[in-house]
Amino acid sequence: MTNVFDAFSGTANSLYGELPDPAADAGFDPSHPKRVGFFTDTSVCIGCKACEVACKEWNLVPDDGTDASDLYRLTGMSYDNTGDLGASTWRHVAFIEDVRPHGSATTAHGGAVPAEPTTGHIPSGLPALGGGALPKAPRDAATAPPGPGGTGTGTVDLLTLLPDAGAHGQQTPDDERDVRWLMASDVCKHCTHAGCLDNCPTGALFRTEFGTVVVQDDICNGCGYCVPSCPYGVIDVRGSDGGAHKCTLCYDRLGSGLEPACAKACPTQSIQFGDLDELQAAADARLAELHGRGVNEARLYGRDENDGVGGDGAFFLLLDEPEVYGLPPDPIVTTRDLPEMWRNAALTAVGLGAAALAAFWKGGRR
Amino acid sequence: MTEDLNPTGMPERARIDHDAVKPRRDSPRGGRKGEQLQVPEAEFRSYYGRPIIKAPVWKNPDVPLYLFLGGLAGSSAVLAAMAGPTGRPSLRRAGRYAAVGGAMGGTVFLIHDLHRPSRFLHMLRVFKPTSPLSVGSWILSPFAAFATAAAGAEALAPYLRGRRGAKTLQVAGDAAGVGAAVVGPALATYTAVLISNTAVPTWHEAHRHLPVLFAGSAAAAGGGFGLVFSRVEDNEPAQRLAIAGAVVELVTEEKMTRDLGMLADVYDKGRAKTLMTASKACLVVGAAGAVVGRRKRWAAALSGLALMAGSALTRFGVFDAGIASANDPAHIVVPQRERIRRREEAVQAGTTPPDRHYVPAAGN
Ligand code: SF4
Ligand code: SF4
Ligand code: SF4
Repeated sequence: MTNVFDAFSGTANSLYGELPDPAADAGFDPSHPKRVGFFTDTSVCIGCKACEVACKEWNLVPDDGTDASDLYRLTGMSYDNTGDLGASTWRHVAFIEDVRPHGSATTAHGGAVPAEPTTGHIPSGLPALGGGALPKAPRDAATAPPGPGGTGTGTVDLLTLLPDAGAHGQQTPDDERDVRWLMASDVCKHCTHAGCLDNCPTGALFRTEFGTVVVQDDICNGCGYCVPSCPYGVIDVRGSDGGAHKCTLCYDRLGSGLEPACAKACPTQSIQFGDLDELQAAADARLAELHGRGVNEARLYGRDENDGVGGDGAFFLLLDEPEVYGLPPDPIVTTRDLPEMWRNAALTAVGLGAAALAAFWKGGRR
Repeated sequence: MTEDLNPTGMPERARIDHDAVKPRRDSPRGGRKGEQLQVPEAEFRSYYGRPIIKAPVWKNPDVPLYLFLGGLAGSSAVLAAMAGPTGRPSLRRAGRYAAVGGAMGGTVFLIHDLHRPSRFLHMLRVFKPTSPLSVGSWILSPFAAFATAAAGAEALAPYLRGRRGAKTLQVAGDAAGVGAAVVGPALATYTAVLISNTAVPTWHEAHRHLPVLFAGSAAAAGGGFGLVFSRVEDNEPAQRLAIAGAVVELVTEEKMTRDLGMLADVYDKGRAKTLMTASKACLVVGAAGAVVGRRKRWAAALSGLALMAGSALTRFGVFDAGIASANDPAHIVVPQRERIRRREEAVQAGTTPPDRHYVPAAGN
């Protein structure tokens, strides 16, 4: 708590703004390990959910609370039946099935205006649909996508097929509709300024020496204050034990020099774990590469250290706007406004006291 | 997914939000089918219309009642402390009992609200100015101690009358009463920080209004209690405080919903609307009754009850509106998009980004 005075006097960015070393701000001496994090590159995610499963297994996270009336909790919206992050879901793979009428424009999604007309947002590198060149044979997921020359080559890196413009993602054409699949493995962002941590009244949430944010279950009293304090809707209270839970970035594994379970399990390296500065460099390079390939809608989310939470320890490469993945487009840590709130509340308290005193005015002694 | 969910030409934003709107934690009651599929007023994109932030898991009667009792206790403590020296014993008694009752009841509700109640004392493990709940625990604890001492002195006084120690008891009770009066207003307004220091848009964006609203509500409740339980020759300060509180509450509520813009829509629908309407009605009736009926015991008591009800209903309404706001992805996406847009504009113009303020897009 060395930073309390600084936080409220405005001499340190403890509540808001750029903060290069949150672990030092939390009181660790300078010899603490470097800040670690996740870079989740959703452009290569295949939605296999190995990360969800690995997380559950390693951390012994119980079942999400299926009840009999809600069999298997099918959401009925996409292949995503987990729904969202929560007390018993620390990795959540979002699955967006973006269905559009065939031939509808895609430039609204951030893609550049196509130089030449394309058939909707199906990459023009794939044989054109409806352009006459393609045999109208039905395809399904089991059929290998045709190579650039129209010859099936078995496995193909879809990204090498991408045109210079248009929306990307994993795409399946059919006759009437264009379908695009976006998959993204979401996780606690381990914010530089974590609303959950700042608001926790018991000190159960703390900043680790790795710069991550972890709940100590033996301290948490289930007050639930962290839950609405997270601008991303990550942490939640588990019904069965009354405690708040979320991703720990596998604090136990980090201590033994292992990478987190989800990163270990991910078959496509969509989840990359490492020192945060290295991940940021890797992400910048990846973004430049994708932009170079014409994937103009690729963007980094949570990478900017000047954003409303001071940058995320776990950040993402997305292929559409954040809200499409269920992420807030411009989160701001709630404690940014806390000094002003305290001031307002104190002034109003004085006002209330004064009003109560004034109520006795001229009432006199009786 | 049936075909008609994806008709050709339907704007894809609206379509995405149509796909599955799954409210969190409470299923729509009344079950009229068309209702959940309403087109959102504002155009925005979201992940199948699901909530983005998590709604508070705070329990329903507990937390709003805690907010109400904190306000009642806080303002009553000040009334009681002033009523003593100005010779209004029945108002002093009422105020001290309201203070201790509010503090005790509030503490019980606060503990009951915890999902691990046996660890209540962990609240006092640390003092964390960044956590309003921690600060609040440190406000509530001394307040409860002072209020208990003052009320204890009040309760014991009749038995000690004329005996040794009566004077000491009175002095101790008065001192404790002053202590409670000093802490009381903070107990009444810190709860506004408690709820506005969250990511819940309707609460957070009202962080300039909620302290005033809650202070007004506290004054109405404390004054109302005084009107109910003190004698007519003692109740004038309670009447004044209650009326002032009701007026402040009504005006601030109006201003708050106006300033909130599109975020105020949660006050215009559902249970929050019913509660806020009922609250306004109670406050108006109570304040009017207090103006004309203070000198009649029964009229004063009824007005006081109405004022207390109005105060409590406000807390329930604000609480419900917050839950609805947290569950509405539009409340996150639309203002934040607007913030980004304005920031980009401002950056181009070379001025400071007006982060927090946004005007609802035209047509809202
Ligand atoms: S505020 Fe939310 S995203 Fe940030 S560290 Fe806390 S739980 Fe994770
Ligand atoms: S629920 Fe637990 S972790 Fe969350 S704020 Fe309360 S004590 Fe802290
Ligand atoms: S992030 Fe990796 S493990 Fe998780 S769903 Fe995507 S590809 Fe599978």
